Amino acid sequence: MLQPIAKPRPTAPRSGALRIDQVVKVYDPDGAAVLAVDHCSLDIRAGEICIVVGPSGCGKTTLLNAIAGFHKIDSGSIFLDGELLCGPGRPQAEPGPDRIVVFQNGALFPWKTNLENVAFGPVMQGSLSVKQAHEKARSMMADAGLSGTENSYPGEISSGVRRRVEIVRALMNDPKVLLLDEPYRALDSLTKSVMHEALLEIYYRNQVTIFFITHDLEEAIFLGHRVVIMTSRPCKPKKILQVDIPHPRRYDVLTTPRFRALMDETLEAVHEEAIKAFVAGEREG
Amino acid sequence: MLRIEPAVAISDRRELTGLSLSMFRLSQWLASPRPYLMVVGFALFLGFWYMAVEVWKLPRFEQLPGPTAVLREWLSSNPTYGTSIYTSDYYVDIWVSVRRVAIAFFLATALGVPLGLMLGWSQKFKEYVFPVFELLRPIPGLAWVPLAIVMFKGLETPVIFLAFLASFFATALNTMLGVQSIDESYLRAGYCLGASRWQVFRHIVIPGSMLYIFTGLQISIGVCWFSLVAAEMVSGQYGLGYLINTSYITVRYPTIIIGMVTLGAVGYATSALVRLVGDYMMQWRVRELALGGQS
Repeated sequence: MLQPIAKPRPTAPRSGALRIDQVVKVYDPDGAAVLAVDHCSLDIRAGEICIVVGPSGCGKTTLLNAIAGFHKIDSGSIFLDGELLCGPGRPQAEPGPDRIVVFQNGALFPWKTNLENVAFGPVMQGSLSVKQAHEKARSMMADAGLSGTENSYPGEISSGVRRRVEIVRALMNDPKVLLLDEPYRALDSLTKSVMHEALLEIYYRNQVTIFFITHDLEEAIFLGHRVVIMTSRPCKPKKILQVDIPHPRRYDVLTTPRFRALMDETLEAVHEEAIKAFVAGEREG
Repeated sequence: MLRIEPAVAISDRRELTGLSLSMFRLSQWLASPRPYLMVVGFALFLGFWYMAVEVWKLPRFEQLPGPTAVLREWLSSNPTYGTSIYTSDYYVDIWVSVRRVAIAFFLATALGVPLGLMLGWSQKFKEYVFPVFELLRPIPGLAWVPLAIVMFKGLETPVIFLAFLASFFATALNTMLGVQSIDESYLRAGYCLGASRWQVFRHIVIPGSMLYIFTGLQISIGVCWFSLVAAEMVSGQYGLGYLINTSYITVRYPTIIIGMVTLGAVGYATSALVRLVGDYMMQWRVRELALGGQS
């Protein structure tokens, strides 16, 4: 992973702006309503890496699921590039290839080869023939340093490589937004650092908007343009931190005083919420 | 568990498919101690049988035919009790049973897998059908015998029906559990990537439940034989169950053992066949296991 990192594309992307406006989500599994997300508003700029951190079970994933269209919201609205995804009269967004989720535990289909996995989107949508899709998948995998894994199954490659394949599978569809739900949670810290640089490299090439949930503050500051610290349940932004370290970033920024200062600032805000969540006894999730 | 040496796995694994992969696995198996332990296991079992019956004449064993008597009868061109590898009736019995199981198992799979998929996939369908299904499922096959005879004409169809029933329930239930076991994120990923509901069913639900389906088919082929033999003992003509039952009535004890051993062998063969088809259809699973379940 020591190749020179690609230069950011000069032109800012025109699409992929997410607007979360006064979103409320209530869970009511057994008669006792639990407010998971409370009038949460957040503007994510096109082509931005927006990192969301917060205590376990604070409702970050709920927010992500609402954007992806996996479940309903109870009020408020979410827009993508000015178009309503969900809101009044339309409680649940339609899941689609403009917003692709990379899951916490990985969701490559184990019964398809890596190549078939990557080609899955365009083949299903009918936007490319199987042959074209495989060609495109092969070249995108080569760009991401995944040559040689095409004909293996996901069960045969390491979890770090699997996560990269999954991100390439998402990018095959030219999504406007990538929704990553703690994608590196299960990885060891060495693999993680490699994955972070790989993700940035992919980002510099594609400039897709990234909505990234994590617990890992170092990860958050290293990757993000902005870090949104959420309150303990119900979830809403407590503090938004501008990470003024210029992109492209490499792993050596971790040791700079500025990085440490940002870490301290984040840690303080997060710690407060973590204690609240701990006292409230939220279930991790 | 078979563990391929990493060097071999990396250089050869990707080249090997289908038959050559099977041959590779066979050679690995022969190189391991497993087949020889198996032979020792059989030798101990046969040895005990021989000693208990023919040498020590232990109580409860003295009435039984010993392995030498069975083997002599089985391989005799002029068998004392009328059944050996030289008599055509023996093969008729095998053929009739195999044919019945094949038909019953085929029908059970052809109907049970789609039913199970529907039960797992559609909550509404499940609410209609599953309570009835669960009420019928625990009824033992033998309890169906009178109805089967009333419902179906002739001797053949009731027997097949009884073998079918047990098999069908096992397959449908496991298939349903298979669909329900699929990780929600696979379905979500499918929709995210733009798949329609039908495409998700075809490309995620069916392959995703395959592991459970084939577990179900393993159980299903077993219970298929089980109920077939029971049905053949009650009604029907020819077949291994019929052979065992008539041999008992006519006091041909070695023939009973011949029937039993044949059932074991044929049953094992059909079961292995199902496993083989499963492995063939789930190469991804085989390859994962070959890596020692590493993930």
